[in-house]
Amino acid sequence: MNLGGLQAVKSMSVPSSSLSRKSGDGVSDQFPAGLRVLVVDDDPICLLILEKMLKKCLYEVTKCNRAELALNYLRENKNGYDIVISDVHMPDMDGFKLLEHVGLEMDLPVIMMSADDGKKVVMKGITHGAVDYLIKPVRIEALKNIWQHVVRKNKDEYKGKDCEQTGSVEDGEQQQKPPEDAEYSSSANEGNWKNSKKRKDEEDEAEERDDTSSLKKPRVVWSVELHQQFVTAVNHLGLDKAVPKKILELMNVPGLTRENVASHLQYRLYLRRLSGVSQHQNGLNNAFMGPTDATFGSMSSFNGIELQALASSGQLPPQSLAIIQAAALGRATNKSPVPVPLVDQRNLFSFESPKLRFGEDSLLNNNSKQINLLHGIPTNMEPKQLATLHQSAQSLGNLNMQLQSQSSQSGSLLTQRPQSQPRTPLLNEINGSHVSTLPSSLGQPIMSQALPSSVLPRNGIENVRGGTFGSVSQPSSALDFSVNHGTEFPGNSFPLMSNSGIPILTSKGMLQEEVKSEMKVPRGYLPNYDTFDELNQNRTQDWGVQTDGSTFDVSQHSNLQGSLDVSPSILVQQGFSSNLKSEQSRNIPVSKATFAVGDSRAGNISNPSQQLNSSPADISQRIKAERLPNMGFQNTFFPEQFGQDDLMSALLKQQEGTGAVESEFGFDGYHLDNLPV
Amino acid sequence: MEVVGQLQKQYVDFITSLFREAYLDDQYVQLQKLQDDSNPEFVVEVVSIFFEDSEKLLNDLASSLLVSISLFWVFILCLRPSLLLMVVLFFLLFLFQLYSQQQVVDFKKVDGYVHQFKGSSSSVGAQRVKNACVTLRNFCEEKNLDGCSRYLNLVKQEFYLVKNKLETLLRMEQQILQAGGTVPLLEQVPLLWKQ
Repeated sequence: MNLGGLQAVKSMSVPSSSLSRKSGDGVSDQFPAGLRVLVVDDDPICLLILEKMLKKCLYEVTKCNRAELALNYLRENKNGYDIVISDVHMPDMDGFKLLEHVGLEMDLPVIMMSADDGKKVVMKGITHGAVDYLIKPVRIEALKNIWQHVVRKNKDEYKGKDCEQTGSVEDGEQQQKPPEDAEYSSSANEGNWKNSKKRKDEEDEAEERDDTSSLKKPRVVWSVELHQQFVTAVNHLGLDKAVPKKILELMNVPGLTRENVASHLQYRLYLRRLSGVSQHQNGLNNAFMGPTDATFGSMSSFNGIELQALASSGQLPPQSLAIIQAAALGRATNKSPVPVPLVDQRNLFSFESPKLRFGEDSLLNNNSKQINLLHGIPTNMEPKQLATLHQSAQSLGNLNMQLQSQSSQSGSLLTQRPQSQPRTPLLNEINGSHVSTLPSSLGQPIMSQALPSSVLPRNGIENVRGGTFGSVSQPSSALDFSVNHGTEFPGNSFPLMSNSGIPILTSKGMLQEEVKSEMKVPRGYLPNYDTFDELNQNRTQDWGVQTDGSTFDVSQHSNLQGSLDVSPSILVQQGFSSNLKSEQSRNIPVSKATFAVGDSRAGNISNPSQQLNSSPADISQRIKAERLPNMGFQNTFFPEQFGQDDLMSALLKQQEGTGAVESEFGFDGYHLDNLPV
Repeated sequence: MEVVGQLQKQYVDFITSLFREAYLDDQYVQLQKLQDDSNPEFVVEVVSIFFEDSEKLLNDLASSLLVSISLFWVFILCLRPSLLLMVVLFFLLFLFQLYSQQQVVDFKKVDGYVHQFKGSSSSVGAQRVKNACVTLRNFCEEKNLDGCSRYLNLVKQEFYLVKNKLETLLRMEQQILQAGGTVPLLEQVPLLWKQ
């Protein structure tokens, strides 16, 4: 509310109250007369007395004896009240809960009151964000002054709006979406998340400082920047370990209290619940884009959590994780404009997913669903997400984090499954190498990648691990990107399952994002290809590893986002050819990996990688499977792939038969395990 | 005129004694201040509501502590199993079965009631009642059943006392008004300035 509005309200209510105005008021202008107060207390005596007192202060009083009723009043008439006075102990709802609701939904100042004057209770009121705490019996003098809280809050809101703060109300967030998008785009354009984050940190700190300096600690407005910090912190910690205290420490925002973080965390959960229930993809986009990335971040984490849960069940993880990663990656790399193309890609993915489903259709479905969910989110988040991903990749501790930072995930995949790791870099390499010696190089990179430790030392792998993809795959930007991912990967503890799943998922879910990232990576990796070729030749066992590598590549692809477009096709061909040549089960997977890489984004890659894991037959199937998605994405290389598609589908079917856990993506770790190395 | 004056003096004396004995505190003065021409019966309204609600609250309080009481009765009856007592015992056991689910006194519930009673009595200005509630709450926190039931009685006692006093006070006010006088404002009573 602003004073102007208040004045307006005041003027409306003044006629009734001015008549009974007491001389004791002594206020020259009419304010604070007419202040609209909502009193909530289950004790009728208190209610009556308070009403009388407030009327004596020339306020407009609405009283209700139940918290739910009060919330209804507030929701029906969003701007109908200036301040809320609530009792602490109420039978139907705890006063603090009401306080939180009002704060989050309507952002009105709330005064708590109670006969209880214990320090703990008063502290609780303060930490929950009450602007004041009155001890019963309440005296009229205490009530005369409550208008100060309204003025103070308005002042803060003004300040917040200047800094593009978003209220906790989604509506407000949506309105602010355009400026936020621009902001994100610009920050993403910078390509350096940390820089932008630092900027925002400074802004946030400045805001916070202002707030704290001007007031004791009025309600914290979760600006975009602040929320981004929050999201980053949560990503860092991982959803499981994202406790308010740690988040607070990570955020390192002066003036922010643990309680603020705690309630914000709850709010994000609440929003996510709302959005998950009522929102479609687009809805999610709107909802989250409004609230900005913050929401997205939280959502991603939540999605990640869900996905992880699924992953743990062994069914969904790879895919969902991939999707999440893809989403995260996509967002990170993509700017706001991406959403549109991404949507298309998404459709492609969903289209392809049926094809890909050789193992577990349900997983795919889940993935696609998740993709939808993710798609909705990424749009706004992309720039930030990318930054988040980069950051979180470093310190990923849990899957959630991995999900958040898909790029990092691919890295983590590597760590968890050495085999898978190689794949990713391999895939990346494959992407990079593109049209070049795909067949051989594909095999090699995969091999190198596949080998958990041994491969890594090799060009690609090492790069992957150290995130120095550049060294392996000379491509500049793409590799760098993948390199980043590589570094992130080690940190990730992403299970192999997820690896396989992720690539696919990422490709599927994150079509939007992956397209971009993938595009980058493949190019980068193509040069690596050559090096990998050598590697491939050196080891037969590497094939198995390669499969991992391919998986890895795939996952990386997803991370890369978008870079795959070009390379995938190439890679696919190469992979395919390599598969055909080697006739080794392992080789096939490798080729598949490459295949996938080349063909389509992660989606394709995931397929190959999956296949890599499985037996040769599977591999061929995978290749096929990979092909299928590839086809969706890679137009150029489709014809070439068709021939192999049959083989791939056959392989895929076999894989399914073998019970590829990852389902579509099964090539990750799980498959690798199956491979007789 | 003289009658009014007399009534007023009586009123002031009486209310002063109430304040002195802490039956009422400054909050009552506040209530009086709130009463004005737009709402001349405000104090009467509030006090009446206080009486009604408190009765209910006290009943709830008593029932929440009832289990222990019934158990106690059963105990005593077991000591002398004559025929009559046996009948009574059976009856009590039956009652006990009804309350057997409430084996454990819900001190939280009791605490909630007491807290509410404390709030309303303090809003009206019934100081002694409020103080008794505070002590009762302490016993509740300690889960001291014996202390709780004892102080519940005390709370009840204080409540009925203050109810009595207030009713007398309001009656006197009515008499003054009927006699054509105005009720002396409590602010003018010197003693009250201490509070």
